[in-house]
Amino acid sequence: MPFITIDNQEIEFEDGMTVMQACELAGVEIPRFCYHDRLSIAGNCRMCLVEMDKSPKPIASCAMPATEGMKIKTNTDSIKRARKGIMEFLLINHPLDCPICDQGGECDLQDQALHYGLDRSRYEENKRAVKNKYMGPLVGTIMTRCIHCTRCVRFSTEIAGVDDLGLLGRGENAEITTYLEKAIESELSGNVIDLCPVGALTNKPYAFKARPWELNKTESVDIFDAMGSSIRIDTLGKKTLRVLPRLNEEINEEWISDKSRFAIDGLSKERIDIPYIKRNGKLISTEWDEVLNRITQEISKHGKENTLALSGKFTDIETLFATKYFVQSLGSNFFDCRYDNAQFIENQRSSYLFNSSIQEIDNAEVILLVGTNPRWEASVLNARIRKSYINNDCKIGLIGKKIDLTYEYSHLSDNIEHLNDLLNDRSPFSELLKNSKKSLMIIGNSAINFRDGKEVLNVCSEIAKKYNISTNNFNGFNVLQQDISKAGAIDIGFYNNDFAQNFDQKIKDHISKFNPVVFLLSCDEINHSILEGAFIVYLGHHGDVLAQLANVVLPTPAYTEKSSTYVNMEGRVLQTTRCYHPLGESKEEWKIFRSLSNNFSQKLRFNNLSELRNEISNLFPVFKEINNLPSSSKLDFGSATKIENRVLEYNIKNFYMTDVISRASITMANCSREILNKVA
Amino acid sequence: MKHPGMINIVSDTSNEIFEWSERNFSKVKIVIEKYPAGKQQSAVIPILDLAQRQNNGWLNRSAIEKVSETLSMSFIRVMEVVSFYSMFNLEPVGKNFIQICRTTPCWLRGSNKLLDVVKEVTGCNLGETSEDKKFTLVEVECLGACCNSPMVQINDDYYEDLNEDNFRKVLLKLKNNENINKGSQSGRRGSSPEKN
Amino acid sequence: MLKEEDKIFKNLYGKEDWGLKGAYKRGIWSNTNAILARGNDYIIEEIKKSELRGRGGAGFPTGLKWSFMPKNSGKPHYLVVNADESEPGTCKDREILRNDPHLLLEGCLVSGFAMHAHNCYIYIRGEYYNEALNLQKAIDEAYEAKLLGKDACGSGWDFNIYLHRGAGAYICGEETALLESLEGKKGQPRLKPPFPAESGLYGFPTTVNNVESIAVAPTILRKGAKWFANLGNPKNTGTKIFSISGHVNNPCNVEEEMGIPLKELIETHAGGVIGGWDNLLAIIPGGASVPLIPKSICDTVKMDFDNLLKVQSGLGTAAVIVMNKSTDIIESITRLSNFYKHESCGQCTPCREGTGWMYRIMKKMIDGSVQLEDIDKLDDVTRQIEGHTICALGDAAAWPIQGLIRHFKPEIERRIAEFNKKKEVA
Ligand SMILES: Cc1cc2nc3c(=O)[nH]c(=O)nc-3n(C[C@H](O)[C@H](O)[C@H](O)COP(=O)(O)O)c2cc1C
Ligand code: SF4
Ligand code: FES
Repeated sequence: MPFITIDNQEIEFEDGMTVMQACELAGVEIPRFCYHDRLSIAGNCRMCLVEMDKSPKPIASCAMPATEGMKIKTNTDSIKRARKGIMEFLLINHPLDCPICDQGGECDLQDQALHYGLDRSRYEENKRAVKNKYMGPLVGTIMTRCIHCTRCVRFSTEIAGVDDLGLLGRGENAEITTYLEKAIESELSGNVIDLCPVGALTNKPYAFKARPWELNKTESVDIFDAMGSSIRIDTLGKKTLRVLPRLNEEINEEWISDKSRFAIDGLSKERIDIPYIKRNGKLISTEWDEVLNRITQEISKHGKENTLALSGKFTDIETLFATKYFVQSLGSNFFDCRYDNAQFIENQRSSYLFNSSIQEIDNAEVILLVGTNPRWEASVLNARIRKSYINNDCKIGLIGKKIDLTYEYSHLSDNIEHLNDLLNDRSPFSELLKNSKKSLMIIGNSAINFRDGKEVLNVCSEIAKKYNISTNNFNGFNVLQQDISKAGAIDIGFYNNDFAQNFDQKIKDHISKFNPVVFLLSCDEINHSILEGAFIVYLGHHGDVLAQLANVVLPTPAYTEKSSTYVNMEGRVLQTTRCYHPLGESKEEWKIFRSLSNNFSQKLRFNNLSELRNEISNLFPVFKEINNLPSSSKLDFGSATKIENRVLEYNIKNFYMTDVISRASITMANCSREILNKVA
Repeated sequence: MKHPGMINIVSDTSNEIFEWSERNFSKVKIVIEKYPAGKQQSAVIPILDLAQRQNNGWLNRSAIEKVSETLSMSFIRVMEVVSFYSMFNLEPVGKNFIQICRTTPCWLRGSNKLLDVVKEVTGCNLGETSEDKKFTLVEVECLGACCNSPMVQINDDYYEDLNEDNFRKVLLKLKNNENINKGSQSGRRGSSPEKN
Repeated sequence: MLKEEDKIFKNLYGKEDWGLKGAYKRGIWSNTNAILARGNDYIIEEIKKSELRGRGGAGFPTGLKWSFMPKNSGKPHYLVVNADESEPGTCKDREILRNDPHLLLEGCLVSGFAMHAHNCYIYIRGEYYNEALNLQKAIDEAYEAKLLGKDACGSGWDFNIYLHRGAGAYICGEETALLESLEGKKGQPRLKPPFPAESGLYGFPTTVNNVESIAVAPTILRKGAKWFANLGNPKNTGTKIFSISGHVNNPCNVEEEMGIPLKELIETHAGGVIGGWDNLLAIIPGGASVPLIPKSICDTVKMDFDNLLKVQSGLGTAAVIVMNKSTDIIESITRLSNFYKHESCGQCTPCREGTGWMYRIMKKMIDGSVQLEDIDKLDDVTRQIEGHTICALGDAAAWPIQGLIRHFKPEIERRIAEFNKKKEVA
């Protein structure tokens, strides 16, 4: 490996590194504003100047490739002076309104000014005022603060893949804006707020809500899609004010979707925080004891062994486990997680996981999308596909309705039947797949949420084997789950094979036959009509449509109010952390079921969370390890049967309104109206 | 004082719809062919110029969006170009777009006096269009004809070796819709060292 | 004085036919084929030997630059001719473009061939509308006569020239900004490395040269490197078009030998300084970007790269802006500061923020309404910009002010004192 000298210290570096990166290796911190690891190099702020032996002028270290034998100095007087000069230039037209700036306390400019700023301003001219720009309901602007680093422009064009932001004009008149000040049309737009090194692009809904140091910061996991992105939740009392991404190279790098970031105002709207019971067609608030007794009576009345439990989008492992064992203790085996009718193959983990890992998208040469709109089903993952498209010239094919994915792809067909063509070498993609060294197949919900879902999985697995998408040491067969609850629910067996295939019809039959008690674990997306005749016990935190239909409503905590275990689409076990105590009288689900079990012969054994978790991992060893990627399981299922002719429609119709929290969020309603032109 | 070529805001008030004239549409194709396949974005400046010529010397929202569509570029990328280059006007201009060079070589030879003359004849201040829409007056930076200074550009043509008298004549003729000769107003050949 | 027969630009003033017929008469396109037959390496060697330095301002050795182009890259190569001529004071390329365009076109073929380029773009500033018309006509004529296109001049080399008009931005004269502009973007300079010879237009090997640099190449190849190298001084060879503007009796473009004394240049060709040599105040010898030199230096200085460097100025584009004693020297430079503020691309911090700041201080200095310390502050600001920007526009904005302070500090101080006196009285 080559050597470089940095401030008289000789250090080895890797080919392809920049001088700035080499400096970091040497432990020398270089100040910067425009440079960002994940964006193209702009080299425009000039803060990172260093001296290089062969150059008469200082060089921008962020942009200069390191080369063998280079001698770099980072702390000479002339460099210090240069940086001071740059700082002065950045500040002359900056409003210096730190006391009222939301970025206060986490501002790169403020930090650097402490190091390099002059004690008083030598600028005696009028400061430039820049008109604020409208960029939509999420990103607020105070453009006078902008230092023209163009990080936001580079993010939106390079990562988000939307050409919405630009730098207009030139010289002093240069200004960042969107065309005609329209909203940024990206599901990732909020990330520009984090990227902006100053307070020019701000979190609009969060404006003036708090100062960073007052906030309680909790590291947690996002639950709005099945990626399980790493997040930090900032709260004040029992209010969630802000969600930020945490760095996680394997999952979300450092991005999160706008829903993860901004749907949080929905957490304080339309909340259920006391138990309700229906009397004369009206839900009346009541006491815990009363509802639990009523439920006990109803269970006995309708036949314990017929009791049914259905999970929803956000149902965590603790809940699923407690529910399953409670229902089983009643002698029933009726529980299921197929509220969306998506099929999987029992006891075949690889049939419902994103087996390759999310990170492997970076190395893919070909990606075949089957019935998925990753842009809406996992926005951050979609950005990763785009990254591969840009960096590796990855070729992408789509089977399903045409959509804008932010990258080019071959539209193979609207119809799932095209899988037959792939299997028989008749697809325009066949050749590409044959020649590719690493291919991924990503199967979405809409490919498998039909009665022939299992056949689709089988055909896909045959295709995966045929084209070496799945080999002995690599499994590129991926199912893209939409919901964070799903993989875990299957893992702990929260399903009943009798309900497979035509889920709706079978549940409907069961209910109309036994009129049982049905526990709906925040199962809000289910088809309501199939519930007719049931005694509905709704467990959840939002008074969404289903809660209205219920006979009994039990308040449970939202994801910020409890510590839960989830399994993400890759099969990784993840845990969220409670930020504050549940609202009102809400109770965690496992506690509810434990209490209920007291009224029956078989009591649930766990008395606290850790006992519950021990129990879970004793029965399901997968849960012993947290955060780890499971070793890839092989594809050993699949034998092709013919699949039905069917046009693939995606089941997310509105990215901003997919669940009880986002439907309650005013911010999301604004996005839906302004970005998608959809009135809620 | 503003120059219609140095603003960043698209005029969105006009309801006019820009469509390529048949003649220009065929020119578009010829222009794009100058560049390698797939690099049609290279043609954005010449195509914007065509659109501006067709649209009486300025670009409205519809014209900008038409150019974006013609070249498969996003609106913001085209807008970046429009707002960066001073020759693209984002507001309507008069029939005679007078650009007075104010940079040092012209100034040394009396461009200030020309400014007085033009204000007097057209009644415009800098950045203004005359009421009869015959003139728009702006100041510009060096136009690269310093050896024939002072000079002004009116629409596509340079008028050089000016003084108060001959410039007034040029302007009056324009005002009266008479023909004028472009180039040196002292009758000099190019930038030869003739006494003038 | 340069002998008539040593002149390269025989129709500088457009007295003869600028078209193909006239060009033939002047010997252009005469044995081009034979020149090409000598091979790429020969051409580059010969240009190296002639010691031709780029005429676009920086004076980089042209032959050396051509030799940076890869030999067997297997990629398309481009020649790009910089006809953006926007440096205040400079108006020489315009005369080539409108009065002798075939000289340039032949140069494009010869140099393009030498650098393995099949395609050439000429980027002409948008305001040069009539010049572009002439040039396009010349290109059409050349295609018609099979001098360009497939098997250009019967050489077996295919060569295309495309004219591309800019739209008003000085910065597009900077070679990488020019390439960005040619790719249909804002003209914002690129970071270097990579240099254009490695990754230029559309990411392919590219060389950008000034109009004059390219236009002189065929004559050098015809008359021999030796002939060219014998004109002027070592490393500062050949003939050069000087643009003489400002306070002279006959402002003009003139082709002269490199190294001609400044005084001789002005007196023989431009009819002398208005009011006589003694009425001279200062001269900007190389276009707006170089520091001015006061009369005392003008008396003796010779006009070439190295001699002007010795007096802390530069040859730049050889645009000689003459200012006699009637000049308000501070306003004169202030106008240049305004120019740079107006033309900064806005990309990098020091230039975007610094050019405006400098202009605003300068503007106040015209009537002296600043403090004495502001002179040092201004000097300091120029040094905070100089050398810290992406492209040389930052330096170009700083240098004229440094030159002013270097040579005219007493004048600035005098105005401040005068202003303060007036204030006291009032
Ligand atoms: C701000 C700026 C403006 C420039 N403008 C021009 C120009 O108008 N014409 C030109 O030929 N070179 C110009 N240059 C120099 C070019 O970058 C480049 O060095 C030149 O075209 C190379 O040609 P040459 O080697 O033949 O001189 C400019 C440079 C800078 C930094
Ligand atoms: S120095 Fe000026 S013109 Fe050059 S890149 Fe920086 S901002 Fe643009
Ligand atoms: S970090 Fe290098 S120039 Fe901005």
